[in-house]
Amino acid sequence: MVTITPETGTKADGADAQHARSARRRRRLLGENPLGLLLAAPYLIFVGVIFAYPLVFAVWMSFHDYFFSAPGADVEREFVGFDNFIAVATDPAVWRSFLNVGVFLIINVPLTVVLSLLLAAALNRALHAKIFLRVSFYVPYVTASVALVAVWLFLFSGPGLVNQILGPLAPDPSWLINPWLAMPTIALFVTWKGMGLFILLYLAALQAVPKELYESAATDGAGAVRTFFAVTVPGVRSATLLVLLLATITGANLFTEPYLLTNGGGPNGASTSPVLLMYQKGLEQGDPDVAAAIGVILVILVLVIALIERRAVGDEES
Amino acid sequence: MSRTEIRTQAQAEKSSARAERRHPGRIGSILRYVVLGIGALVFLFPFYYMVIGSLQLAPDTTLAGAFPHPANITLANYAEINERIGLAQGLANSGILTMGVILCTLVFGVLAGYALSVLHWRGRGVTFAILLLVQIVPFQLLIVPLYVMIARDFGLSDSYFGMILPFAINSAAVLIFRQYFMQVPRALFDAARIDGANEIRVLWNIALPLVRPAVLTVILLTFIGPWNEFLWPFLITKEATMQPLAVSLANYLTTVAASAANPFGAVLAGAVILAIPPVVLFIVFQRHFNSSDIGSGVKG
Repeated sequence: MVTITPETGTKADGADAQHARSARRRRRLLGENPLGLLLAAPYLIFVGVIFAYPLVFAVWMSFHDYFFSAPGADVEREFVGFDNFIAVATDPAVWRSFLNVGVFLIINVPLTVVLSLLLAAALNRALHAKIFLRVSFYVPYVTASVALVAVWLFLFSGPGLVNQILGPLAPDPSWLINPWLAMPTIALFVTWKGMGLFILLYLAALQAVPKELYESAATDGAGAVRTFFAVTVPGVRSATLLVLLLATITGANLFTEPYLLTNGGGPNGASTSPVLLMYQKGLEQGDPDVAAAIGVILVILVLVIALIERRAVGDEES
Repeated sequence: MSRTEIRTQAQAEKSSARAERRHPGRIGSILRYVVLGIGALVFLFPFYYMVIGSLQLAPDTTLAGAFPHPANITLANYAEINERIGLAQGLANSGILTMGVILCTLVFGVLAGYALSVLHWRGRGVTFAILLLVQIVPFQLLIVPLYVMIARDFGLSDSYFGMILPFAINSAAVLIFRQYFMQVPRALFDAARIDGANEIRVLWNIALPLVRPAVLTVILLTFIGPWNEFLWPFLITKEATMQPLAVSLANYLTTVAASAANPFGAVLAGAVILAIPPVVLFIVFQRHFNSSDIGSGVKG
């Protein structure tokens, strides 16, 4: 039998309990490993400085009369309500740029989905030269747009190789200076350039489709085409959603290609994009508030389209 | 009918079905390689043509020009573009921008990814939600306020810091690290903790060496961003000596090219120089360019 003197017992108990209580309190306040917050802090601080603050600033700017002033100068930024948005809505150039992105998406998105899935499916079953083929598909994706734009200008200029091959079929005026073809040519360029990424995404998704599904389709006597639509296409649905979303975001972010391929969105605004217009209005013409309003509208549209795509494809995981 | 008989019958049916499929299978296989071959040609030809065009003394856009002609080959275009835009300085600027971004991405990515996957702390759920949210809003909405902040308020135009700043956070990298750290068995961390290692040592000595493939993946995925980025460095740099190669080449393309003797030759020579580093990097490390990682961490 062990005898403990009351004093020592309560003393030890009291110290322990106090210690445990403070640890519990700390745990309740900060969690089991408060260090986690410290480790995540640099990331969170940067999110605040580079993402959250500019995001709020952009929205604020779109509702105020914002203009560039000397650094440090204290100037009045008047609240103007929807004035900037009205300026945007009554500007035909803005409507044109959104229409252009619409044309871009109508060409780019279906082409990207169909061709990348087709190439990924073919590559998935290929036995030979897999590495070579994979690398050749993603090489444009990893290369700078600026570098590839240079080749496309060379290929699609008036006397360029493409028109040389087409001969009498060559469009006149040529591709990038033709008001009807400038935007489709840009859409083709971006589709070609970005497809490597989407092929890789589909490859990953295809490898996750259960083999048994193909086997049961085969025992049911389904042909290659039937199997493709009954097994492959539903099997890669979540990848399709990702491809749709990314292609939409790419379209919304379009800047470099119209700026460089068509000399700043020509001919006559036929290939301007909203972001190009944001650059021109905000930084060249000094109306950052109007540019911010374009940005806000652009993001709202992207979110709406993303929701529609999500609904259309269905996002439940298989 | 006995059970074995049924089984053999089923097997026979199965093998005959397989035989039936074998024939169209061969046609399918040929078709597959035709599609893949055409695809590879479409993807690679512009690169081939880029190199050929950069070597032409006089631009030859005829079909014959697609094949190198010894009399029309020169390195003069490389000398020309070097004289106009200073390739070495442009490459150095691109290198500094890219290295800076990779460094920030790795440091913040590893720390936040470890915190989010291994440690339990208050705010973890919120941080993860923020991480996903950051990926949705397109960078382009932020260009105007970021330009006002970084160039006007902070006075960071024509500086490497100003160029790197918007790319310092990379939520995709955090997600990739988080995913890799989650795969490491908890027992390894606990064992180290019982041995008396503090959390920083666990991260540095146990966790980090185990996720080395993730580090390589993140470096590869991050590299193409700043190296190929045009819009932001274009906005923030006005001095030619501070411009990354993509920006100086683009400026040459839009302004000077019209006045040069063989503008396409010089531009294509610059394009080859700009394209080489990422293409070589990705061919060398193509095994590590893992599609499932991209799927988990693509930045929109």
